[in-house]
Amino acid sequence: MWYLCAFYHRLLDYRKTEVESLAELFGARGDDRSLEWRLPEQHHPDTPFHFVNLPSEAAARDIANRSILVKGIYELWGEGGSYEELEESIRSYPDERKQPYLESGSTFKITVDCFGKVISFQEQNDRIKGLAYIPFKGRANLKNPDHKFWLMEIDDYGVNNGLPPVSQRRIFFGREVGGADRKLLPTYQLKSRTYLGPTAMDAEMAFLMANQALATRGKLVYDPFVGTGSILIAAAHFGAMTMGADIDIRVVRDGRGPDCNVWSNFKQYGLPMPVALLRADNNLPPWRPGLKEVFDAIICDPPYGVRAGGRKSGGRKLLKGTVDPYTVPDDKRTDHIPSTASYCLAECVHDLLDLAAKMLRMGGRLVFFYPVLRDDDHVENHFPEHPCFKLIATSEQILSSRYSRVLLTMVKISSYTEEIAETARLQHIEFRENHLKWLEDGNLHSALFSPAADPQLTAGNDSKSSLEAKPKYRGKYV
Amino acid sequence: MRLLTHNMLSSNIKGVANGFPLGIEVEKVIEKQVELSADFLRNLFPKIEWKALVDAARTMGYAELPEEVDSSMLDSNEFLTKFHHALLELHLEEGALVCPETGRRFPVTKGIPNMLLHEDEV
Repeated sequence: MWYLCAFYHRLLDYRKTEVESLAELFGARGDDRSLEWRLPEQHHPDTPFHFVNLPSEAAARDIANRSILVKGIYELWGEGGSYEELEESIRSYPDERKQPYLESGSTFKITVDCFGKVISFQEQNDRIKGLAYIPFKGRANLKNPDHKFWLMEIDDYGVNNGLPPVSQRRIFFGREVGGADRKLLPTYQLKSRTYLGPTAMDAEMAFLMANQALATRGKLVYDPFVGTGSILIAAAHFGAMTMGADIDIRVVRDGRGPDCNVWSNFKQYGLPMPVALLRADNNLPPWRPGLKEVFDAIICDPPYGVRAGGRKSGGRKLLKGTVDPYTVPDDKRTDHIPSTASYCLAECVHDLLDLAAKMLRMGGRLVFFYPVLRDDDHVENHFPEHPCFKLIATSEQILSSRYSRVLLTMVKISSYTEEIAETARLQHIEFRENHLKWLEDGNLHSALFSPAADPQLTAGNDSKSSLEAKPKYRGKYV
Repeated sequence: MRLLTHNMLSSNIKGVANGFPLGIEVEKVIEKQVELSADFLRNLFPKIEWKALVDAARTMGYAELPEEVDSSMLDSNEFLTKFHHALLELHLEEGALVCPETGRRFPVTKGIPNMLLHEDEV
């Protein structure tokens, strides 16, 4: 059955992919086929309103309630280009679909919502009164109604307000089936988190990642770059068992004190503690050789080398060739802190894919962020690939004029074979032997922060005059 | 560090043929209550190296696990409780994991095992 899905106007690339993943989680998608979507006539693709075909109201409710970006999924009772058309449409909607929600003894509430414009309380009331032809027999209850109805409007208000262009007015009236619980965000916001690190994942994004990974009760989720545990918190909220590793023991074991560490973060929200936290190097993981297909999902934000660089074992000077291989003297071994070397993005992602290919169950999901340089609003589509994985979703979040990060969702579709293991082993050796070359090639940090030929600087003189111009549609910048 | 973690780790020092299972040096063991999830246990059961788990549990002071197991035992609540206790409720807070071939100690402090290799073990 077709439902109207109204999204929040933010993180545009993430909205439909979230619904697709949740549809899979709740069994609302048959056999890998994606959901059917329809745009309302003449709507811009970035519009908040989309029609989606879902198998049942229960599925629609489950999906909407668990999501973060769905404002609401509605059973559409009517739509039109004017209030007269809307009335005709609602009157012709089958009575047997409307009756059960208009009964006497039930309570209801009607909310009026205009996308892109704020309307006065008086106007809202007038519009609700204009719906008097709908035979509500129940009582109104604004705090906790049995049934919620929404009167939504999108129009070309003549003001270029930076929102997607609308060619003509469209009005929708529907019964709410479910909607995102945005109260999760103030509860889990980083502002009030006990233990934070410089790259702690923002709460809203962490929930989106956990939804992409299908985190639920009974599953084991792993983060190989756990840091302060911000991503695992979201997975734990949805009931998954969590496990994390990091190469920096100070972050994972010590934190900033006995009441300010990864454990205290979980305690703050009353969530079950991670099953395991360990200090391990993803480049030389400590897993026993026979271990495989043990995680249901791997969710992480690997170090891109821009604000925080990755590290791997092996001795910084050793790998660069500055010193010859050395042995740590026996009497110093116990308290020796091994020197770590820079870990370039290419090798980091290679190791992540190798780990995931081996350790994920079949059908398990790998969800991670990948940084990309932006070239005139286009993103270079050179995403990492691996024979064991199928890339099913990419969602871009613009970070600056020069780069974005893209959330990649991959599903494991074939087993980790001897051949794949051998290829990975050879690639690992290649990285080691050409350590310096890999550090310089594709170094994101220098590409971003190099002062040379900055197009923004040269365009600076033009931008001042264009300040007077109307704000353009901001697209993915929201 | 729980025995679930111990069951997954091995010593991957260069030149070591078989670094699993790691020996356990106990300095401090504590028991932490964890809610039992039968689904989780059943999903993990096939991945566990049983003998290593039994031996490790014994080192930590818990000898109730059966030596031989098969998957039909997962239907018994009594077995699940013992499995759950050994796997998730016993914690090595302070101590070390020991490589079976070289004797190299991987320290466990505040419950976190440090599995990072030295420069000459890589």
